[in-house]
Amino acid sequence: MSGGEMVTVYIMGKRYRVPANLTIMKAMEYAGYQLRRGAGCRGGFCGACSTIYRMRGSFRLQVALACQKMVEDGMIITQLPFIPSEKKRYNLEKLKPGASVFLEYYPEIARCLSCNTCTKACPQDLMVMDYVQAALRGDIKTAAELSFDCISCGLCAVRCPAEIVPYHIGQLARRLYSRYIVGPSEQVQRRAMEVEMGRFDEEIQRLKSLDTDTLRELYSRRG
Amino acid sequence: MSHRLAYYPGCTLKTNAINYEISAIASSKALGIELVELPRWNCCGTVHALARDDVMHYIAPVRNLIRVEQMRGSGLVDEGRLVTLCEMCYNTLRRADMGVKEDQERRRKLRDIMEEEPPYRGEVEVVHLLQLVKELGWGKVRERVERPLRGLRVAPYYGCLLLRPRGLAIDDYNNPTIMERLVESLGAEVVEIPFKAKCCGSYQTVHMSQVAAMLSHRILRQAMEGGADMITLACPLCEYNLGERQERIRGLFPDLKYLPVLYFTQLMALAFGLEGSAGLEFNNPDPRPLLRSKGLLGESRK
Repeated sequence: MSGGEMVTVYIMGKRYRVPANLTIMKAMEYAGYQLRRGAGCRGGFCGACSTIYRMRGSFRLQVALACQKMVEDGMIITQLPFIPSEKKRYNLEKLKPGASVFLEYYPEIARCLSCNTCTKACPQDLMVMDYVQAALRGDIKTAAELSFDCISCGLCAVRCPAEIVPYHIGQLARRLYSRYIVGPSEQVQRRAMEVEMGRFDEEIQRLKSLDTDTLRELYSRRG
Repeated sequence: MSHRLAYYPGCTLKTNAINYEISAIASSKALGIELVELPRWNCCGTVHALARDDVMHYIAPVRNLIRVEQMRGSGLVDEGRLVTLCEMCYNTLRRADMGVKEDQERRRKLRDIMEEEPPYRGEVEVVHLLQLVKELGWGKVRERVERPLRGLRVAPYYGCLLLRPRGLAIDDYNNPTIMERLVESLGAEVVEIPFKAKCCGSYQTVHMSQVAAMLSHRILRQAMEGGADMITLACPLCEYNLGERQERIRGLFPDLKYLPVLYFTQLMALAFGLEGSAGLEFNNPDPRPLLRSKGLLGESRK
């Protein structure tokens, strides 16, 4: 990093000079923060590092995953290590797939104004509003497909003026879709049976006996 | 070669009014109109905002109008009209369209808020399927009839949303006759009811169901006293209040007789010989005993 370009960022209002080639997450660590929450896989998959920021001179509130977004000069940043939301408990086996399920567990979705703020807040570039709307009219297939890449980072939920938690809607849609629409997958069932019949026992035992370095080596050479 | 038109279903047509949708698509096709559902659509907005500065409630309907322009741009439809079926959707979309066309300031604000979309160019015209059928001509409808609805006495009921405010009325807002002409063209007999454009109780049915029951009862009573066999209408909410709720209304007025309520598209499907696409199994009260007794169903075909 020595000799590289430096930029100025503001982490929770405090000014720091950090190397320009860092992600927001690494820049925060460079600045001395120890991330106990708000950091997970560091690979853009887990949704733990939801971040909001503004650029100096712009009114726009922007969103990012801290592990994916590179710092830019003039960024005013804060992380949202946790998004409060109430996840409803339901028994998937007892649900009837259709619009009424969503309205029963998450009646607030009827407040959706189609303002699209959720879509604009999605770091995965999903059409969040479209999947909430699909759920509202019982189109479970569309809701499941449009929300498939959701990582539940929660940014849509904090931006929604109707206080909807879109990612719970998407998750319920995907569960209903797999349980009632596509049905069980043959390959998964076959593989589960193979596991139960002990086809992989020997290999697992062998892996368990290896030391960390050998495992690392095997992992990096995996097909 | 059928004429392709953008079609906006709305949520109710996909849930509680499936019979309206399937019969509309089938009977439109029989008339040479292909209803092409918008590939992307959201809530119509449900209820038009009455406050002049309420731009927020314009977003949903205008976004749908933008989708129609996009659809037209990609060659999925043959013209810029948007066909609706649900009266609520017709009313909300049409009023929003009128509202942005008459107020440039409102349009500018919307463009600002909806910057992620291409701006609405104002090239969409929101229509109701009834208008299209009328435009095709009653002669064309009569030509298409395979099984005239002879001996069926039908009372058309409009409700409010196709007629008010008067600027968006699909017909004479005081004395509409479009459904009467349709019923006649299908071979049925018209029963006029004075309250054909009065309120059914609308969404008061949710929290003041007694009020809705009283209002709906007046309409059902007039149809019954006029000797109607059934009511025909164009609105899922009216259908709910007059049909689905009829048993409850009968609890208050026990002498009210069984009166099926059908969407006008279901009558078209029946008369066009498309019984399988009439969706009659979804109606409550069940219209099939009546239709069977009139010889208008299945094997009883004349």
